[in-house]
Amino acid sequence: MEFSRRDTLALGLGAAVVTVLPFSVNAAADDVIATFTGGADMGDAGIDLTAPEIAENGNTVPVEVSAPGASAILLVATGNPTPGVAQFNFGPMAGSQSASTRIRLAGTQDVVAIAKLADGSFAKASSTVKVTIGGCGG
Amino acid sequence: MASGVKPRVKVPKKAAAGDVITIKSLISHKMESGQRKDKEGNLIPRSIINRFTVEFNGQSVLDMTMEPAISTNPYVQFEATVPEAGDFVFTWYDDDGSVYDTTKSVAIG
Repeated sequence: MEFSRRDTLALGLGAAVVTVLPFSVNAAADDVIATFTGGADMGDAGIDLTAPEIAENGNTVPVEVSAPGASAILLVATGNPTPGVAQFNFGPMAGSQSASTRIRLAGTQDVVAIAKLADGSFAKASSTVKVTIGGCGG
Repeated sequence: MASGVKPRVKVPKKAAAGDVITIKSLISHKMESGQRKDKEGNLIPRSIINRFTVEFNGQSVLDMTMEPAISTNPYVQFEATVPEAGDFVFTWYDDDGSVYDTTKSVAIG
């Protein structure tokens, strides 16, 4: 099979579209994260995210975040129609910079937690949760 | 105001000074996400609690922003330091402008 110049161009274009697509799905999640971090780089030390590997019911998925010394933690569900989940801001009377809550997940996806650490840097942790029944209704 | 909203908070009655205590909070609320549709296919409008704050003697413990991805009957568990006897004030802010609050006292001993 020989490729004409036109075929080659079309193939290249198609490949470009395919590689860009997964990013556009997560664009909304990236926006939420960028608003929180201001586009700063994220390390991966100093934050723990505990989420189940498999959630039978996407309506209530227990998650726990913990980041010692952090002033704020942002929780994002990258595959939800509205990716933002919650933002915890810890005050001076907080006993530890950790919290747990229950969230809705629309389907199998990555849950991401980002902490703003005491020195102003950001740390990120993510965990993939398999969801059997989605939690966003019709 | 959304109907049937009832806050429930579990705080130890007593703690030693400087102790870190675990607090569990729950408020009954339907947390309508704005994604669901009714039988006619119309979107049910969003109605959630969008903010939850906890203060101890006027100082912030936790200020949490909630999005529609928080489950029905939002449950939050966290830890707080108790340097002295005092009151925890829990406040929930509803989308429709309602504010629900409850207070729990902690004694030292």
